[in-house]
Amino acid sequence: MSDEHDHHDGDADHELRVSKIRDGTVIDHVRGGQALNVLAILGIDGTNGEEVSVGMNVPSDRFARKDIVKVEGRELSQDEVDVLSLIAPDATINIVRDYDVVEKHRVERPDVVEGVLSCPNAGCITTGDEPVTSRFSVLEDGVRCSYCETIVREEIASLIDT
Amino acid sequence: MRHDHLITSKQLSRGNIENILDHAAEIDDDPSTVAGRHAETLLGLLFFEPSTRTKMSFETAMKRLGGDVVDMGPVDSSSVKKGETLADTVRVIEGYADALVVRHPKQGAATMASEFVDVPLLNAGDGAGHHPTQTMLDLYTIRENAGLDDLTIGIMGDLKYGRTVHSLAYALTNFDTRQHFISPESLQLPREVVYDLHQQQDGAGIREHDSLEAILPSLDVLYVTRIQRERFPDENEYQKIAGEYQIDADTLEAASDDLTVMHPLPRVDEIAPEIDETDHAAYFEQAHNGVPVRMALLDLLLSDDKGIWGDSDE
Ligand SMILES: [Zn+2]
Repeated sequence: MSDEHDHHDGDADHELRVSKIRDGTVIDHVRGGQALNVLAILGIDGTNGEEVSVGMNVPSDRFARKDIVKVEGRELSQDEVDVLSLIAPDATINIVRDYDVVEKHRVERPDVVEGVLSCPNAGCITTGDEPVTSRFSVLEDGVRCSYCETIVREEIASLIDT
Repeated sequence: MRHDHLITSKQLSRGNIENILDHAAEIDDDPSTVAGRHAETLLGLLFFEPSTRTKMSFETAMKRLGGDVVDMGPVDSSSVKKGETLADTVRVIEGYADALVVRHPKQGAATMASEFVDVPLLNAGDGAGHHPTQTMLDLYTIRENAGLDDLTIGIMGDLKYGRTVHSLAYALTNFDTRQHFISPESLQLPREVVYDLHQQQDGAGIREHDSLEAILPSLDVLYVTRIQRERFPDENEYQKIAGEYQIDADTLEAASDDLTVMHPLPRVDEIAPEIDETDHAAYFEQAHNGVPVRMALLDLLLSDDKGIWGDSDE
């Protein structure tokens, strides 16, 4: 499987537009246009000197267009991967060491995400000064605040607590 | 497993509800059976939002069980205004009281508060969220007047912000009911609530309407709630809409003789006073039922050998 990252989807040529990384994580098959939200979820904004490459709206066999995010020197934790599933449910996560993909994961939707999203309901107890961590249960087609029960189906990325 | 909090009517199964209502009926018949049963018990009343009625009804219920209440006083002089969090307040009062009743303007407040305390906590209303003890007295009144099965109920008024409506609708899905929701478009049930009702009852028996007329003759119960003026930026718009959701003797000509009219009170002008003297009116009885129902809830909650949820895990 060592050459897999060059051949999935058969779109290796396009993938080469984004530089190869030596050690780190390649997040592939992100829905077109969601790459910056993926970075927001991971809390990566470049201020810590991370080397990040982003390919947006590159042609893909699986979707018409996809985004790719490559982060040098950082391996994603399972928690981070789980949360990514909310905005990039089809993403594949490739952990790269010494230019080889050593692990490949599909994201899995968690049952609950804690402390990641903020509730859009201004009347929700979590939006005040209470010492409470936001908690959302993950529905088939959205997320739901565990406190006020508000359901969010669209623009989940805009709730990311950055 | 015992769950010692009552946060939402969604927690309650049909068995739980019948258990509570049966116990309330016993107490209603003969209050002396529970008099003094909870002497030494202190109930903490934490009302972060004014509600004289609900508060007095809890106070009366606790005192009739032989216990007493501690009260944090009116909201404007309380620590809320000084910026203390709800989480801190409940942790402090937990040290004084054997159980807590919380009313708070924010949705989810009771859920959050319950995560900070070990004593039983009752939600007495959290913003537009839930109000399960009101639901129990509503169900008690419905059962007395119309029965809870093979029931056609119309719920009319402000369905968007009406927590009593949401709680009642959830609880009724445990029974064989057809629920008709009647409101102006801008005050329809929140989509979350519709989603839940469909989940719980496959959508069967849930209908939304913008007018009472067509369905009134089929109703056993009409539950009316107040449309608040302040929900409308334009007074004219309010006047136009409110009039369509008010009922009087003329309106009820088309209703069944057995129709029971309910209202969580206080009402303003949504039910004309001329209806008070008719057999339809059940809203004062409904308000009075608050005491035996809350006595039953407190008794079950505070008795080690009982518990509202004792039989819910089968
Ligand atoms: Zn919320």
